[in-house]
Amino acid sequence: MLNRSAFLNIRGLGHHTVDGVWRLGYALRFFGITVASSATAFRRFRLIVRELYFTGVLSLIIILVSGLFVGMVLGLQGYHTLQTYGSESALGVLVALSLVRELGPVVAALLFASRAGSAMTAEIGLMKATEQLAAMEMMAVDPIARVIAPRFWAGVISMPLLAALFSAMGIFGGYLVGVVLIGVDEGSFWSQMQAAVDVRQDVLNGVIKSFVFGVAVTWIALFEGYDAPPTAEGVSGATTRTVVTSSLAILGLDFLLTSFMFRGI
Amino acid sequence: MERSKLDLWVGLFVCAGIAALLILALKVGNMGSVGIGSDSYKLYANFDNVGGLKPRAPVKSAGVVVGRVARIAFDNERFNARVEMSIDNDFKFPKDTNASILTSGLLGEQYIGLDAGGDTANLANGDTIKLTQSAVVLEKLIGQFLYSKAAEGDNSKK
Amino acid sequence: MALPERAVAQENLIEISDLSFAYDRRPVLSGINMVIPRGKVVAILGVSGSGKTTLLRLIAGVVKPSRGEVKVGGVRVNELDAEGIYKLRRRMGMLFQFGALFTDLTVFDNVAFQMREHTALDDRMIRDLVLMKLHAVGLRGAQRLMPSELSGGMARRVALARAIALDPMLIMYDEPFTGLDPISLGVISNLIRKFNDALGATSIVVTHDVQEALELVDYVYYVSEGRIVAQGTPDEMRASADPLVRQFVYGEQDGPVPFQYPSREFARDLRLS
Repeated sequence: MLNRSAFLNIRGLGHHTVDGVWRLGYALRFFGITVASSATAFRRFRLIVRELYFTGVLSLIIILVSGLFVGMVLGLQGYHTLQTYGSESALGVLVALSLVRELGPVVAALLFASRAGSAMTAEIGLMKATEQLAAMEMMAVDPIARVIAPRFWAGVISMPLLAALFSAMGIFGGYLVGVVLIGVDEGSFWSQMQAAVDVRQDVLNGVIKSFVFGVAVTWIALFEGYDAPPTAEGVSGATTRTVVTSSLAILGLDFLLTSFMFRGI
Repeated sequence: MERSKLDLWVGLFVCAGIAALLILALKVGNMGSVGIGSDSYKLYANFDNVGGLKPRAPVKSAGVVVGRVARIAFDNERFNARVEMSIDNDFKFPKDTNASILTSGLLGEQYIGLDAGGDTANLANGDTIKLTQSAVVLEKLIGQFLYSKAAEGDNSKK
Repeated sequence: MALPERAVAQENLIEISDLSFAYDRRPVLSGINMVIPRGKVVAILGVSGSGKTTLLRLIAGVVKPSRGEVKVGGVRVNELDAEGIYKLRRRMGMLFQFGALFTDLTVFDNVAFQMREHTALDDRMIRDLVLMKLHAVGLRGAQRLMPSELSGGMARRVALARAIALDPMLIMYDEPFTGLDPISLGVISNLIRKFNDALGATSIVVTHDVQEALELVDYVYYVSEGRIVAQGTPDEMRASADPLVRQFVYGEQDGPVPFQYPSREFARDLRLS
């Protein structure tokens, strides 16, 4: 009995793997078609602007508030640890580098995936389930060009902006806790930070990271919605998958990118 | 949501995002100060021991940052360290300038300090600074101190 | 291969020959032979899952047949390239089962959608046209509402206005009567006939609402398990002696289409024998 179920499991595993590879290929083709169909989206920029509102502007609150809190926590924790080495003046450096290099892009991307990503998946999935996409095809309007591509570019544009806002709010939060509340010297907070944070090395790399995350998250969100089974459970399953797959992708890509970018330091 | 209100919010969002990026670049980062950029020239210096000097460490003169350490390499012919510095074009130094590796504070990071000499001719792009002083290595310092203490002890016994 | 600009006015708009279609090796349609004459309203009846909607998708070129051909206006649909198919679809209108209105656009914008995408008409012209279409379905006053604010019947009527927005030559209706109250049923039925005749178009109605269909249409095809099992005018269908047709037309509970899902003998299931 044990042998039989073990055998079946391996078969199931193989089946799942083949399924997964097939799906990945489909997803890549979907990505290619989306990018190739983007001409319409840019020619009628209003479509992208509209989606920018729904992905970017509506994510502002969660990004800004979370950024503030993360920065404040960094300020608190950082102070306590640095204090044991007598290096409280380096608090600015700690807060800024942590945010700009890592926390800004990564946490903002995770929040974006759960808020904007899942919303996109649900929206596209519902459009598919209620035959809106099929209706559009019947009217000789390519749904990928009209519906998917604008959302893709809106996500890609929003992500770096949101990550920058997150980092900026975080640094402000660190400043609030460190300088205003605890009393770290304001001058050394900012001057040491300025000395340690390199635009090319840190800020630019952070921006590149958030751009890559934006592409990954938006692609996953749109694909899951487009591929969702046209039922209620199908759409809800797809939404969950978006958040899980996006989160894993963000963290995995973060490791890859960090090991490339911050090699010699 | 009328078209104009939506456009307004999106415009505000994009502006805020770009502003955040600029803040990060200018106020948080060091774009304002000397970077390893195109408006700098290269100077070299050989040290017996660079200690904890790292690339991107500042090069200061009279306490003011005039450049950055670009690269540190091992000179296999002279068996010492060859440091490449990027100095801001605005600052020229005479040929008999002294380069030392100093430490900021007691246990802080190390930097290169340039002490200008009196020569009328200036160092050009690609020149090597002849006068150098290596980093202070703590173990050697302690060793020297113990040795001198022992010597003192001997002398006082005599 | 492009659709000929001046299509020769043939008697039949659509000719389907020996059409078969399988989905994942499961046969959906086999050996279908069908003609849809110009200017007529034709019903395709059948129980749920008999492949009726697939027929519409084959006509529109959304899927390709495994065998056989579909000719629309003399052109083989499965031989058209993407450009040709899109050109063909611009001359077709389709009403989906629950309307499939675009939920993020107002009623007005929904009807105006095709005009804005496919024509270069200016805003005032589009406005007049949209209002005319909405007026024809009786919903001009609802132009600013969102689809979520409409009842089922209203949504269906707006979708109908949208389907005829560009005065198509072929209008297809996928289950237009499902889930409607008697008044809305009557309204939709009237509109289908009115538009067909007024636009000089041809209409295909896919449904399982037999009584409504028989009142409305000029010709009926009855599809069961992927084949055409009966066809004729509504009068012929009503007078038919075929038990399958009779069961469908008169809604008999049991007949050639069995009531009981295939199972063991009842007595055995109850453990009596």
